[in-house]
Amino acid sequence: MVNILLYDGTYEGLFSVFFDCYKEKYAPVSIQKERNYQPAMFDHSTFIPTELVKSDRVMKGLRKKLSSTAFSNLTKAFFSEFEDIEMTIYEYVQLVFNNKMNIEKDYRQSSVLRISQVTKKVNREIHRMHAFVRFQKTTDNIYAATIRPDFDVIPFIGSHFKERYADQLWMIYDTKRDYGLFYDLTRLDIIRLENPEWEGNKKIKRTLYSNNEIEFQTMWKNYFRATSISERKNMKLHLQHMPRKYWHYLPEKQMV
Amino acid sequence: MKSDLSEKLKILADAAKYDVSCASSGSNRKNKGKGLGNATGMGICHSYTEDGRCVSLLKILLTNHCIYDCAYCVSRKSNDIKRVAFTVQEVVALTINFYRRNYIEGLFLSSGIFKNADYTNERLIRIAKKLRNEENFHGYIHLKIIPGASAEVMKEAGLYADRLSVNLEIPSERSLKHIAPEKNHKSVYEPMNWLKEQIIENREDRKKHRSAPVFSPAGQSTQMIIGASPEADCEILSIAASLYDKQGLKRVYYSGYIPVSSDDRLPAVTSVPLIRENRLYQADWLFRFYGFAMDEIVNKTHPNLDLEIDPKLGYALRHLELFPVDVNTAPYEMILRVPGIGVKTAGMIIQSRRYGKVRFEDIKKMGAAMKRARYFITAPNYSLPLSTDQPSSIRHQIVYQGKKAQLSLF
Repeated sequence: MVNILLYDGTYEGLFSVFFDCYKEKYAPVSIQKERNYQPAMFDHSTFIPTELVKSDRVMKGLRKKLSSTAFSNLTKAFFSEFEDIEMTIYEYVQLVFNNKMNIEKDYRQSSVLRISQVTKKVNREIHRMHAFVRFQKTTDNIYAATIRPDFDVIPFIGSHFKERYADQLWMIYDTKRDYGLFYDLTRLDIIRLENPEWEGNKKIKRTLYSNNEIEFQTMWKNYFRATSISERKNMKLHLQHMPRKYWHYLPEKQMV
Repeated sequence: MKSDLSEKLKILADAAKYDVSCASSGSNRKNKGKGLGNATGMGICHSYTEDGRCVSLLKILLTNHCIYDCAYCVSRKSNDIKRVAFTVQEVVALTINFYRRNYIEGLFLSSGIFKNADYTNERLIRIAKKLRNEENFHGYIHLKIIPGASAEVMKEAGLYADRLSVNLEIPSERSLKHIAPEKNHKSVYEPMNWLKEQIIENREDRKKHRSAPVFSPAGQSTQMIIGASPEADCEILSIAASLYDKQGLKRVYYSGYIPVSSDDRLPAVTSVPLIRENRLYQADWLFRFYGFAMDEIVNKTHPNLDLEIDPKLGYALRHLELFPVDVNTAPYEMILRVPGIGVKTAGMIIQSRRYGKVRFEDIKKMGAAMKRARYFITAPNYSLPLSTDQPSSIRHQIVYQGKKAQLSLF
């Protein structure tokens, strides 16, 4: 019989599970988010509640043994939401506590290599959000964008946009996870819209566009077309850099 | 009016697209006092054209009017095309509105030459100045310096731009005379040398006084057109090496010649030399990041890069006596020379081997291209594939691996 440990889906929740495992000297075989869990016939599951006292202690211990980059990489890997990421993080944490030496650069260890690879993926998605987010200016002067990233990267993209667009109102909303960021010229807040209304493909409603929004989108499209060199056309390379899944963000890839 | 602007944008973007530089990296311009934009660190490609090139900056000409008649250029005087020009305000508005929507990192402004170099450059500077001073814009600005520009004009340009570039275009003076008789290399090298001095001097000043104004913080770059003139790769790359060493350039770009005219001063080509261009960039990378000397990559005996294999593999095949490399004991510099192992993997190998032996499988998982690397390394319990003492047989196996299945069908 498999005992599945369930937690509330937060990072602190996962670390509370680690604390209990350590205390009970229990080696978990599967840790899952409660909302994702689908019981199978012979499963046995235990829900472990989040307790900040517990998670803080484990994190404090980790911070002592890891560089700050390695610690934040672990957090980024968690937000990849990969199905097996909990067990990978568990193995990584075990490795950290069972070694005197700092193991964060021992890429021969499967969990260290896996965390580094997943972090790379999450970082790439963050970078792609910096690149592919497209704001549409609305009638109330908010530059608004919707996104549907593969990983939950909203927690990691705010500072970039806040620094860059310090003098404009902006909003970036993850329509897949139904929450986002809003900057009001002074503060950056995490927001959840109540009954949001979207255009098809969950985009900002065209009726909300400010006066010259369409005009600038059209000019950008024209620019994009004019700057391409047809003699060098290479769609394979184009798709490699700009995968189809991001096209719906981009005015330059819309037909009309 | 609006459709007029749209039309101008099409023409002047189309005319600017042959300048391949699009980098928005290497600067460090912070957003001060709640202004608009910043230019920090690594640069961002906001889109990619259908030819796979990065779109990072709004790259346009101020005008395509030009007094010169360079055979390789689409805007040459004798070419029968529509001539237009932006106003200062139009360029400013386009830049700001595109930037606010996160389409671009900034502006790359070049121009056809009207009247003379300084007159043209002053018009470009006026736009940069307005963006910085009136719009409080801290995004990236790359300004083209027209060959023959005076020191006063360049001095001002460097105060507003993140990067400046003077294009060499045709690699050698003898070819330039033939293709663009009104131009000469002196008018390119003089501004470059002057900029180099200024950039170094400014860095020294900034060390002493942090409040000293910044001068072209992302340095300078240039571009050479490849295939419009007969220079061999070794000549092109030795020019590049000298530009990096003597003029202290940040980047040299290689732009495969695209036939834009049937001028008889130019070779009759039908396709863009894309593979050659790619190999030149690989060689450039080996020179800048892998510790290779240019004459190790191309020299009198091997004046041109091999189009079939990458230059690092070419080097290894010419120097089999240096391989295989033991990944557990070899110095970093030598691991970097292994075909298929890049800067990242080499770093991971060095880090990991402190903990214990690195195995063949570890290197594979770290992301090395084992298709090439496997002929050039040793590791515990790993033996080299058979018949690897002959460069020709290794080359054959690498080039035709994976293609065999296809061949056997016939």
